[in-house]
Amino acid sequence: MTLDLIFFLILSLIAISTALGMLLSRNAVYSALFLVLNFITVAVFYLLLGAPFIAMAQVTVYAGAIMVLFLFVIMLLGAEELPKAQVLPWQKLLARGLAIALAIETTFVFLTRARPIGDVPQPDASVNTVTNLRALGEMLFTQYLLPFEVTSILLLVAMIGAIVLVRKEKRVH
Amino acid sequence: MVPVNYYIVLSAILFTIGVVGVLTRRNALIIFMSVELMLNAANLAFVAFSSVIKSFSGQIFVFFVIAVAAAEVAVGLALIVEIFKSKHSIDVDQMSSLKG
Repeated sequence: MTLDLIFFLILSLIAISTALGMLLSRNAVYSALFLVLNFITVAVFYLLLGAPFIAMAQVTVYAGAIMVLFLFVIMLLGAEELPKAQVLPWQKLLARGLAIALAIETTFVFLTRARPIGDVPQPDASVNTVTNLRALGEMLFTQYLLPFEVTSILLLVAMIGAIVLVRKEKRVH
Repeated sequence: MVPVNYYIVLSAILFTIGVVGVLTRRNALIIFMSVELMLNAANLAFVAFSSVIKSFSGQIFVFFVIAVAAAEVAVGLALIVEIFKSKHSIDVDQMSSLKG
């Protein structure tokens, strides 16, 4: 067993247990903090896969900005825990059944259909981070220029949408 | 060397946990977090494949997914705040005004 594999197994254990912690904890603040840890673990996976830029974007945008926004809204609404209410009796049962079906199906597909399509190459020392980033940037601003610009418009529209939604309504007579 | 299939299986497990969260939890914020978890699982698969075929396209896709997720969170949380203002709850079971 190589060092890479041991590293992978430990990290995936952390990722899965933090995801389960997010799912199972009653308090929404704990859920958010578990999810932050999960995002950071996935960022380490990106580093292992030789994608440093995506790893840093993951930490700043997901673990930083998005989760801070989540925590802010949780605390603003005071919605850490929901009061106990009557739940639909069949909902949990149906959800569990569907989830187990999904898990069995994906496992089946992976065990029967997926051919070994190769190992993740070791990020070799000759390819340094700067050239990697330069290649990524060149591709982003030549081949993928139009999607990049569309993304900027999307972010602008989202910003305007959020402002319009939470704005105090003026009285119109 | 880690076979890429391991990454794909991990991504599938994380995605399934996200699906369970969306299906079972009633807190709208936690449902939202589960959606983020699912997006993240898909991103992991993208990066794993892009590193195997030695192309940057997968990483650029992940970049766009992150941007779209940021936009989605901004609008979605604004909607949740609005719903809380009118219903005083973010329990998704309470949002049944149209039920006959």
